[in-house]
Amino acid sequence: MAKKLVIDPIPRIEGHLRIEVEIENGKVKEAWSSGTLFRGFEILLKGRDPRDAWFITQRICGVCPVSHGHTSTLGLENAFGVTPPENALLVRNLIEGGQFVHSHILWFYHLNALDYVDVVSALKARPTSSYLKQVQGKLKAFVDSGQLGPFENGYWGHPEYKLPPELNLLAVAHYLEALEMQKKASHLVGILGGKMPMHMTTPPGGTTWSPRVDQLDDLLFRIREIKQWVDTVFIPDVLAIAPYYLKWANIGKGHLNFLSWGVFEDPSFDPKKRLLPRGAVFGGQLEVKDVGPAQIKEYVDHSWFEADSGNRNPAEGKTLPKFTGFHGDGKYSWLKAPRIDDHPMEVGALSRILVAYLSGNEKVKKLVDFVLKELGVAGKPQVLLSVLGRIAARVVETKVVIDAMEEWTLKLIENIKSGKTQTYALNDVPEKASGVGLWEAPRGALAHFNEIEGKKLKNYQCVVPTTWNASPRDHKGQRGPIEEALIGTPVHDPDKPLEILRVVHSFDPCIACAVHVIHPETNEVKVYRVV
Amino acid sequence: MRVKSALSLTRRDFLKIASGTLAYLGFSGSLAPKLASALEKAAKKRQPVIWLHFASDTGCTESLIKADKPTPAELVLDILSIDYNETIMAAAGHQAEENLNNAVKRGGYICVVEGGIPTKEGHGMIAGKNMYEIMEEVGKNAVAVVAIGACSFDGGIPAGSPNPSAIIGVREFFQRKGIKTPVINLPGCPVNPEFVIGTVVHVLMLGKVPELDKLGRPKMYYGRTIHDNCPRRAHFDKGQFVEAFGSKEEAMGYCLYKMGCKGPETYSECPRVLWNARLNWCIGAGSPCIGCMEPKFVDNLAPFYSRLANISLPSGDVSADKIGIGMAVATGVIVAGHAIGRVVTGGKKKEEEKE
Repeated sequence: MAKKLVIDPIPRIEGHLRIEVEIENGKVKEAWSSGTLFRGFEILLKGRDPRDAWFITQRICGVCPVSHGHTSTLGLENAFGVTPPENALLVRNLIEGGQFVHSHILWFYHLNALDYVDVVSALKARPTSSYLKQVQGKLKAFVDSGQLGPFENGYWGHPEYKLPPELNLLAVAHYLEALEMQKKASHLVGILGGKMPMHMTTPPGGTTWSPRVDQLDDLLFRIREIKQWVDTVFIPDVLAIAPYYLKWANIGKGHLNFLSWGVFEDPSFDPKKRLLPRGAVFGGQLEVKDVGPAQIKEYVDHSWFEADSGNRNPAEGKTLPKFTGFHGDGKYSWLKAPRIDDHPMEVGALSRILVAYLSGNEKVKKLVDFVLKELGVAGKPQVLLSVLGRIAARVVETKVVIDAMEEWTLKLIENIKSGKTQTYALNDVPEKASGVGLWEAPRGALAHFNEIEGKKLKNYQCVVPTTWNASPRDHKGQRGPIEEALIGTPVHDPDKPLEILRVVHSFDPCIACAVHVIHPETNEVKVYRVV
Repeated sequence: MRVKSALSLTRRDFLKIASGTLAYLGFSGSLAPKLASALEKAAKKRQPVIWLHFASDTGCTESLIKADKPTPAELVLDILSIDYNETIMAAAGHQAEENLNNAVKRGGYICVVEGGIPTKEGHGMIAGKNMYEIMEEVGKNAVAVVAIGACSFDGGIPAGSPNPSAIIGVREFFQRKGIKTPVINLPGCPVNPEFVIGTVVHVLMLGKVPELDKLGRPKMYYGRTIHDNCPRRAHFDKGQFVEAFGSKEEAMGYCLYKMGCKGPETYSECPRVLWNARLNWCIGAGSPCIGCMEPKFVDNLAPFYSRLANISLPSGDVSADKIGIGMAVATGVIVAGHAIGRVVTGGKKKEEEKE
């Protein structure tokens, strides 16, 4: 008989997520994903100076504020009709890159690794290096103190933990190192953006940061330090751990629909030429399709909103919140269910890397093929459409981005050297206009829509990554991507559902982002120009 | 106090000093017995912390892990015992609930709150409970609450009008519920990590809460305006302003007042403490301050790129008090008002070389 299981809270994510599953014969038979916090955000933007939007929308998510800021600025530039100079693109790419690298390091080591690394087992290791002996000593003292803090009550000793003690210890050592590295990556944003989180320097028109050679020099050497760490620690860690978990290449596949709006601007402003380009993949077929925001529709059949809020493009979305409890009226989440032509879409690093790979991006192709070869599955990129693939994609992406950051910094230095110093294009808020910004956060596709009237924001709407990934069922009863990926997941011990955490964490959910997308005002039809 | 030197101590030294200090410091107030016992325990153990995430964006956690002295690892492993924190803890579901319940039962914990409290049913839930129920339960048994960031201070951005989830800050919640636990407010969007660490260190070392203003903010961090301490202040005094981003004046580090800087109305030690391990700060990167340390800053200090209009003439109407509370040092505002008025109305922009 099926056994119901609720995991609430899901830890090591941003925000508040509840997962409910039905388990039968040791496997997940049904799954429901619920966003459990309602903030309401866009309403705050109404009537404001449009130039404030990029500051305010950063506060949607403290984990990827940079991406919200940039997406907002892109949408505003679209509305203002202003084109930022090349130096500003480079600065923005560097700021975005610092956040991506920070986010992926933090996700791998601090949010995700504890699903694969048994911290307690590391005590049994017999390290030979003094470095690892020291880490083990520290860990032992910590455990002996009886105050396990954040490590209390984990699923330690679970049979699904497969690493030998030595590798567990190495991972613990690198968990601590990575705490420093995520910080160093964030500090790159601090140099160019004033601070991280909530950087300050990329309004519509360009950047307020004036290039200073001493800061660029500082930046360059910091980037190289992180780059070296990615090459010598991050990538080898993943390649060392993955062979123990190869069966996860067959778990958590989901709908096999992938969406990327593209990220890291090219001077041509062509989204297909971005470092990670725009495109979509449907049904696991290895070809890239064009995609645009006019294809989006959001449904609320299983979300805590009144029926009239559903079946709409976000451009004309209505949102009438109505909390009815879990499964009252079949409703169970504060998230809407966005779809592309009625297809649930997975977003995130795997979608971006897949689209880049299939678009023939040389660098991405080389790295992905290298990873496939190392894992003994050369020439089979489809194995990456899985839990294991989501992990691998973030690592590949980290490498692609940190390498590009070095190149962008050198380019910026070269520009300054040759007297090309413009960083900002003067601009004005138009009387009446509208715009769309399409970009990517580390967690996936991000879209901001604005409408300006009388030099004020008349409307503002966002469609964010985790609304795609953690969405509930839609009008056709199709599950959201995380729900679908959970189906069939083996669960060894329902009291310690480690495997479910692995599937959920592979999407890196960020719920603050997802649940703000609600407009609690009633009876209002919003119309946006959708490009 | 010299926060910096305290932070460079090892944990053992630190606790030795902390308990020693406690012995001869005659601290007073209702906090004393609770803190004394917490400290006594802390001498043997790391200080227990329950960290609650409510209606927030986790930006304050993100901010804190950018700190340098102590490092995030030292905070987690050597100084504090973070017994509940959804962002970092290994445990999930009912094991996580169990950790929280046990930590509350053990007592002696500092409760860190990140995010405001939605007071509407169903608008914020963890483990099937409303956030307001969790706040009440955990808050009333805490030694003290440290409310970090704008949201736990006064609801922050999502509490902007019309505040759809009826989100309020911890202090207001405690007042409504009659909860007596002391609250230390550390507003900011995000919170400055050094303010958090310095405050916790102050409590642990000196055995008392730092001196607070009437909004519950430590005066050592929220006592002076950014404008008073700004390294660009000399340009302001000389009437040298940035008139456009990307300009020569910006490259020379002129004053950002005309670009909308809210430094004159914002009480914070940002210019001294900076951000990201003292690497940089907003004004240092050419951006005007948006006043994120101030109450209801999103409503009261926007538009962010428009210059403060109500600080105009030396003899004019200094109505900065419209933001009400937080203007404890009114004379400071008037002085700033005078100075700005003089420069803006009478001063001429001079093209002077940066020194």
